[in-house]
Amino acid sequence: MSRPTEKMTGARALIECLYKEEVDTIFGYPGGVLLPIYDELYDADIRHILVRHEQAAAHAADGYARATGKTGVCIATSGPGATNLVTGIANAYMDSVPMVALTGQVPSFLLGNDAFQEADITGITLPITKHNYLVQDAKELPRIIKEAFHIASTGRQGPVLIDLPKDITTDELDFSYPESVELRGYKPTVKGNIQQVKRAAAEIARSTNPVIYAGGGIINSNASGELLKLAETIMAPVTTTLTGMGAFPADHPLFLGMPGMHGTKYANYAIQESDLLIAVGVRFDDRVTGKVASFAPNARVIHIDIDPAEISKNVRVDTPIVGDAKWVLESLVKYSKKCKSEAWLDKIKQWKKEYPLHYIKSDDIIKPQYIVEQICEACGDAIIVTEVGQHQMWAAQYFKFKEPRTFITSGGLGTMGYGFPAAIGAKLGRPDKVVFDIAGDGSFQMSSQELATVVENDIPVIVAIFNNGYLGMVRQWQELFFEHRYSFTTIKGSVDFVKLAEAYGALGLRAEKPSEVRPVIEEAIASGRPTVIDFIVDPEENVSPMVPAGAAINEIMDLEGT
Amino acid sequence: MKHTLAVLVENRAGVLSRVSGLFSRRGYNIDSLAVGVTEDPAISRMTIVVRGDDHVLEQVTKQLNKLIDVIRVTDIKADEAIERELSLIKVAADANTRSEIIQIVDIFRARIVDVASKSMTIEVTGDDEKIRAMEQLLRPFGIKEMVRTGKIAMTRGAKSV
Ligand SMILES: Cc1ncc(C[n+]2csc(CCOP(=O)(O)OP(=O)(O)O)c2C)c(N)n1
Ligand SMILES: [Mg+2]
Repeated sequence: MSRPTEKMTGARALIECLYKEEVDTIFGYPGGVLLPIYDELYDADIRHILVRHEQAAAHAADGYARATGKTGVCIATSGPGATNLVTGIANAYMDSVPMVALTGQVPSFLLGNDAFQEADITGITLPITKHNYLVQDAKELPRIIKEAFHIASTGRQGPVLIDLPKDITTDELDFSYPESVELRGYKPTVKGNIQQVKRAAAEIARSTNPVIYAGGGIINSNASGELLKLAETIMAPVTTTLTGMGAFPADHPLFLGMPGMHGTKYANYAIQESDLLIAVGVRFDDRVTGKVASFAPNARVIHIDIDPAEISKNVRVDTPIVGDAKWVLESLVKYSKKCKSEAWLDKIKQWKKEYPLHYIKSDDIIKPQYIVEQICEACGDAIIVTEVGQHQMWAAQYFKFKEPRTFITSGGLGTMGYGFPAAIGAKLGRPDKVVFDIAGDGSFQMSSQELATVVENDIPVIVAIFNNGYLGMVRQWQELFFEHRYSFTTIKGSVDFVKLAEAYGALGLRAEKPSEVRPVIEEAIASGRPTVIDFIVDPEENVSPMVPAGAAINEIMDLEGT
Repeated sequence: MKHTLAVLVENRAGVLSRVSGLFSRRGYNIDSLAVGVTEDPAISRMTIVVRGDDHVLEQVTKQLNKLIDVIRVTDIKADEAIERELSLIKVAADANTRSEIIQIVDIFRARIVDVASKSMTIEVTGDDEKIRAMEQLLRPFGIKEMVRTGKIAMTRGAKSV
């Protein structure tokens, strides 16, 4: 505990601030300008995880944040270290993940001189941070750090970057941590307007074909309990977006699965035939809406969101409610009654029966969907992290998520290479959980160097590679829209993933037949070790169903051979 | 359609690039942007003239409000506001044309702020229309250089933004 006006260096003060923010884990990589900070980290009461590439530090902080709800923290040196964070920061920004990124910077007197390892990281990250700071005086450090954590974790959450010139970290200051922040330009609206809530309740009372369309905002706001309450109170079916998976229990009769391009047919049909769309914590992404002009053509729209700028951005909204999802849903439940949705729910039941998700099963070749089902059966309460591609869609389609914060995926940016480091963050945040990274053979090669990190720190995540020998999602589009011309999407035989795992000291397993799938999953879980499973899967399996680009979402179709 | 926004911001390094970056990134068209400190030295005021329909204006306002350094955004309606812009126009002038130019300057209640053997520099203050009209009339003499501050605006009456 530091006394109110203890004298200390900026580097020391940074550590004190992190204590005050109850940061227990940070992900980083050192460098010249960070030496004073790393010297403090050497014996600080904070777990520092040395990654092997700074991008992984940002993704790991992101995964940690999504798994725990706390703010993730990463640190990188000036110049290339800072620019290596950029993809991870952009990823967190797109999916509204609370994160504080710390970067070293050349000393203040060299700023603007193209000094060695100087990069204008506040300029570079301007469009991909919620806010950023270049610290100009060591005295400002406590206030800035307090503000950064406040901004990152409140309102619409997001990444905040703090650039720390080296001299700031060696200068002395009288340390005291501010009790509160004063930001006159930042006052997020938490409580929704009650008149709007009542108006929404009146809309609900008039509706016969309601659909709740819920997204990542539910998870950020810890509002899944309230979502369930609303759905059951008004008896409306619920579809959750990719980043909203887990916000509503997948085995619930009111659950519709995911909407949009690779959503379920019944979710898309329900949206298209709804008379009222209750959108909560979503942003009407183009992967969900398809052709916007034909999206939910008969529906009035209620949109609940913490970010006023999301209201009517893509789709015209009839009843906007700006506020925190948890607060607004709680009060909406109070004012709402059951809708006359019996006939509608019957119709949906019929659709579900008629158009279930399906794939052609096989005894000879491993179907990727089968692996997801088997992981789900073996360990239904695992945290599933994914890379980006076909495997990601199959994970979202076939895993039965029960709880929020158990599906962690790069939704907005679609970053290959995200999953493995994010899984590291998730496992450190939730050591009690089994953590799988459902990976593609392409994506995994974008962060496979982090095998060193998991082995060194004994972080037992399980990487399940869906090895189809292709950049499968791109190949699928080439098959469908470019006459099977597989231009630079064949990556078969890149590397022996089992040997790669072993080279780093991790456990490497392989399954080549369906009968081997379950046993290797069980073996990986039982081993308690960092593990890579190389699943050799059907190489040309496609993600189905699919809404062709530019089509309305009810034009969703099954692909051949599925 | 044009809208005039008064944007109060923290008077800090980097605020201008945050605001201008937002406009270019989201594809909003700025006609002009004028910025200066206010009666409170910690606050700067930007006057931004932006083109777009009501939907664009709504988005611009909301996105601006999301910036942490933006304190307040006000849409200033032309009929309730005093709007001014200042322009300096350097025009070619010799003994033959000088008096004619002076006449135009007088009509517009503009001012001559510099005279040289081959040029005159005129300061004109007014709204966009007035400055354009002035420019039109001076063009035949040969405008050598012209600079405009961009519009600033203030609501009429006791109320402030
Ligand atoms: C960093 C990055 N580069 C490129 C892409 C474009 N992209 C999307 S999916 C995909 C293929 C992914 O291949 P793989 O990881 O093997 O997954 P699969 O689709 O085969 O399951 C590519 C290249 C991307 N999303 N991210
Ligand atoms: Mg692949």
